[in-house]
Amino acid sequence: MSLLKLDNLETYLGQYHILQGVSMSVEEGSITVLFGRNGAGKTTTLRSIMGFNPSTTGSVHYNNQRISGISTHLISRKGIGYVPENQGIFSALTVEETLNLAKAKSKGETEEKMEWMLELFPDLKKFWRKKSGLLSGGQKQMLAIARAYINGDGLLLIDEPSKGLSPIMVEKLMESILKMKEKTTILLVEQNFLMASEIGDYFYIMDDGKIVHKGLMQDLKEDKATCQKYLGIA
Amino acid sequence: MEVFINLLVNGVSTGLLIFLLAAGLTLIFGLMSVLNFAHGGLFVWGAFSGAWIYKETNSFLLAIVGAIVIGMALGWVLERFLIRPVYGNHVRQLLITLGGMLVLSESIKIFWGPNPIRVNLPGWLEGSYQFDGIIIIKYRVFVIVVGLLLYLALWLLLSRTQIGLMIRAGVMDKEMVQALGINVKGLFTFVFLLGAALAALGGALLAPYSGVVFAEMGMQYAILAFIVVIIGGMGSLQGSALASLIVGVAGAFMAYYIPDLSLALNMLLLAIVLLVKPTGLMGEKGSAV
Repeated sequence: MSLLKLDNLETYLGQYHILQGVSMSVEEGSITVLFGRNGAGKTTTLRSIMGFNPSTTGSVHYNNQRISGISTHLISRKGIGYVPENQGIFSALTVEETLNLAKAKSKGETEEKMEWMLELFPDLKKFWRKKSGLLSGGQKQMLAIARAYINGDGLLLIDEPSKGLSPIMVEKLMESILKMKEKTTILLVEQNFLMASEIGDYFYIMDDGKIVHKGLMQDLKEDKATCQKYLGIA
Repeated sequence: MEVFINLLVNGVSTGLLIFLLAAGLTLIFGLMSVLNFAHGGLFVWGAFSGAWIYKETNSFLLAIVGAIVIGMALGWVLERFLIRPVYGNHVRQLLITLGGMLVLSESIKIFWGPNPIRVNLPGWLEGSYQFDGIIIIKYRVFVIVVGLLLYLALWLLLSRTQIGLMIRAGVMDKEMVQALGINVKGLFTFVFLLGAALAALGGALLAPYSGVVFAEMGMQYAILAFIVVIIGGMGSLQGSALASLIVGVAGAFMAYYIPDLSLALNMLLLAIVLLVKPTGLMGEKGSAV
């Protein structure tokens, strides 16, 4: 069953026509990966879902409810957690304060979710009283993901979590995201094909604001020509 | 020594009055990125309405509460109809809030006429404390106590409450706060009303302090508050408190020892701070407390 459905989204940023009829769906309980080159429109897709860059035409449905056209905070309250590309860390807040803030408008068992996140990312427990701005890049990413998971209730949108992280940290993070699939649905934007293809169930490839390929991740791994053409993977 | 203590008390009390105006301004700028020149208009309305209510009722407490309520009501109108349409556009904010400031100042004359009005101290705050040649005016002590209590209350609000946490996070990243399900527009309105209440309270407390109020004083104090906010670091409450005290105390000493330089002092302080630390004394992106 599709938990999230985008239908023919057209989004402009100023005079630029970024999304040009994007349609896609995210199956419940899956990890769906959105690939594409820089500037293809991946981040704008997530931002359009969250209502930061509302689409001019088309629609977004979450849990069979239309969420396009409503305010970001109301979209979030439907249960969508969001991890932006720049992590959106509140640098002067401690880890504790950040995660408490995530609970403020969250639905569901927030304490349970908090405990599980601290189990999954023990560094957050270790640096509980530390200012978030002083954490390492990997720890900040963990915090951003934990915050989105605690705040959300069913779907996580994660924008390029591997960006700027060491290979070891990327591997660790991806293992954690795979574990999170047991409890939530994930739409992941990534450029790191090798890593994302290991954890994804479905994929979409964007190019110039359009979806140019979609299917099962397993099939993409075997489709060398498509990988070469759109992702530059030999 | 007597002169030193007297000047210090005068400077601290003046500084804390400026702080009441600057605190709202710094939070509004930090969270909403709004340059609100109309803030001084709320201050002058607080001064006049407080003075008028006190004259009519002879109750200083009622005067303070009334001034705060009127300030908040005007603040709500300003935020809802003038500022909300120009979020994110500093040039328009500057023009429209400057216009708002002029309207607020001029509208004072409709209600209270064009002449300055005299304001008396409440009976229980008249007089002074004297110790070995040191004379400390009671009302200044009262202003210091109120100012410190308000600073403490604001600090507790920002650092110990859920809404304070939201405000501090909003100062750092408004989008991310929205993505956590928090209604940032509602938060904006709350902060704006809080700022308006503080400005009106500052005005109401200033009226008996200076003994006379006039419609043009809003701009004078708004500029002072802007200087304090920039010196302290935009968005930083602690920075504003520190800068208010520095400006107040330095102003008192300068007016006594080198009166010719007292007018230039604030600009001099501003220039020095901007040269040494362009983000202000405690200005660091994202630290509201």
